[in-house]
Amino acid sequence: MTEDTYIQIRDLHFSRGQRKIFDGLSMDIPRGRITGIMGPSGTGKTTLLRIIGGQVRPDSGQVLVAGNDVCSLSRDELFELRKDMGMLFQSSALFTDLSVYENVAFPLRVHTDLPEDTIRDLVLMKLNAVGLRGARDLFPSELSGGMARRVALARAIALDPDLLMYDEPFTGQDPISMGVLVSLIKNLNLSLGTTNLVVSHDIHETSSIADKLYIISDGKVIGEGAPDELRRDASAWVQQFMHGSPDGPVPFHYPADELVYDVLGDAAP
Amino acid sequence: MTELLRALGISSLERLRSLGSATIMWLTAMAGLPRRGDLPLLIRQIYTIGVLSLVIIVLSAFSIGAVIALQFYTQLARFGAEDAVGLGLALVLLRELGPVVTALLFAGRAGSAITAEIGLMKSTEQLSSMEMMGVDPLHRIVAPRLWAGLLCMPLLTAIFNVVAIYGGSVVAVSWLGSDPGGFWAGMQDTVELWEDVGKGMLKSLVFAFVVTWIAVWQGYDTEPTAEGIGLATTRTVVMSSVMVLAIDFILTLGMYGDFK
Amino acid sequence: MHMRTIEISVGAFVLAGILAMVVLIVRVSGVTLQTGEESHLVKAEFDDVAGLRVRAKVSMAGVTIGRVSGISVDADYGVAIVEMEINEGAWPLPVDTGAMILTEGILGARYVGLSPGGDPETLAEGEFITNTQGALVLENLIGDLVTRLGAS
Repeated sequence: MTEDTYIQIRDLHFSRGQRKIFDGLSMDIPRGRITGIMGPSGTGKTTLLRIIGGQVRPDSGQVLVAGNDVCSLSRDELFELRKDMGMLFQSSALFTDLSVYENVAFPLRVHTDLPEDTIRDLVLMKLNAVGLRGARDLFPSELSGGMARRVALARAIALDPDLLMYDEPFTGQDPISMGVLVSLIKNLNLSLGTTNLVVSHDIHETSSIADKLYIISDGKVIGEGAPDELRRDASAWVQQFMHGSPDGPVPFHYPADELVYDVLGDAAP
Repeated sequence: MTELLRALGISSLERLRSLGSATIMWLTAMAGLPRRGDLPLLIRQIYTIGVLSLVIIVLSAFSIGAVIALQFYTQLARFGAEDAVGLGLALVLLRELGPVVTALLFAGRAGSAITAEIGLMKSTEQLSSMEMMGVDPLHRIVAPRLWAGLLCMPLLTAIFNVVAIYGGSVVAVSWLGSDPGGFWAGMQDTVELWEDVGKGMLKSLVFAFVVTWIAVWQGYDTEPTAEGIGLATTRTVVMSSVMVLAIDFILTLGMYGDFK
Repeated sequence: MHMRTIEISVGAFVLAGILAMVVLIVRVSGVTLQTGEESHLVKAEFDDVAGLRVRAKVSMAGVTIGRVSGISVDADYGVAIVEMEINEGAWPLPVDTGAMILTEGILGARYVGLSPGGDPETLAEGEFITNTQGALVLENLIGDLVTRLGAS
């Protein structure tokens, strides 16, 4: 493992029931960069983030986060490690009984003994960074989806984590808040030097900010490299994904009999 | 036939798994004994679990006490034993109805709320995000509710008993004109501190343990969908009620054993 | 809701719960804090105490003067031994005091009734009352009656 690798995943296997989610997945996430993990829906991208965070245990394989083997840590060590991680959930996952201000203050109150004025300053700084200082007294139910996601982002960076994971940050956002989020992620990476991991299937947004991309399908990495390299990749699969063609190696149809058999039954030729 | 056996085997294995992980959850949550800074969390839970259940407890207690006094009075008056109303009322309440009815009301009022709240937190990924922030939801969310339940149930039971006994005295003494001396003295002569009051409180503690455990577990283990939360809430009320009644029978046998 | 309001209502709730427990202990189970008041132990043998319970009243002339503190059986003679605690106010009792197991009303609780004697000598602490009469057991009375009617 080199100095520049923050997360190292080797030969990861994981299955849910009969279905194989990961089948020998290996990755190196560089420190201080934005890495995008892309792939069609249902390829277990969110599960991958949960494995890195230690919420899900893989069947086999090794996951090193900053040199710690996540799979062999005890419960307490895991909670300790997570203080250096921030995660932005797809649903934002704000605490609905707390105001915006208290949501952002939550990790600070739990993990630090800072006096109230310092917490206040920190919270307002984080909210300012996402442009929502004025919304501090609102409750999550009063926020739009894009605002909620930005508050969640402010909360995720409250403790200045080394690693920030974004689970589908662009899904379901209107073009304006999508643009806001894209530039926020980029700026946070530049100003804080955080290692960023963006899981997404939005090719344009992700490739516009990512330094490195991984494309996964069927539990394996099928393409990796800088966005420009990937666009020139010879593999038909990567081509289909990067250009968003409806049909190709990933079939448009879910496996089924020919349509004529379903429609005509036995009368089919 | 083999299909049936297979399904039976799978479902009992699933039940066993559920019991096992529920036990692990309870132990892990309670093992992180209250730490500094947990008091506000506990107070908030005592508020939602205890204080907010107070109205339904007091109202039910008063009418149950009044009804029992009415029935006892009309039956006992035929033998000229009206003085035994207070005694009968107190024994029935302290030993059985107080702990049991409080636990049933508690399951319906607080238990279902606990399940729905934790279930909703799970389905909106609040529990998950808490974990990712390095905060243990078992310690932060589950433990305060378990503690608050254990604390509130005996208090609610005591309040229930007192209100019901005074409710009974309103009917028997103030309304039907039973002799207040007989009502209270008959009670005081026979009711025993440990045998009746103490064992009743012990029962309520056992019920508190059972109901909060079921409620928290159902929320924690729920399918994170609207339908799943609905089912889990129903299961909390049904399972708690059945368990309370069944355990009450066993406890009564054990505590006041020599019936034959 | 404001944390302060919550704290106040929780405080009131806990206080109400504790008060309710105190009421249950003092008012309902009738435990009195007998601090300072001395009591004296006397015993009595009965051939039958059916239905008498520990903490039942001991009364004289209708006034409660003590409580039953223990009931045991003397297996050698097949009699019940009842221990009673008599309050300071009714002490000492004459040696020829009589003890009887009585019932309040027809179906009421059993209690021990003491009838005063005239002997100037008094009972010592822990001494036995000899003049006793056990509980009237309804079944025995009826059985007795039936046999007599049958015999006549």
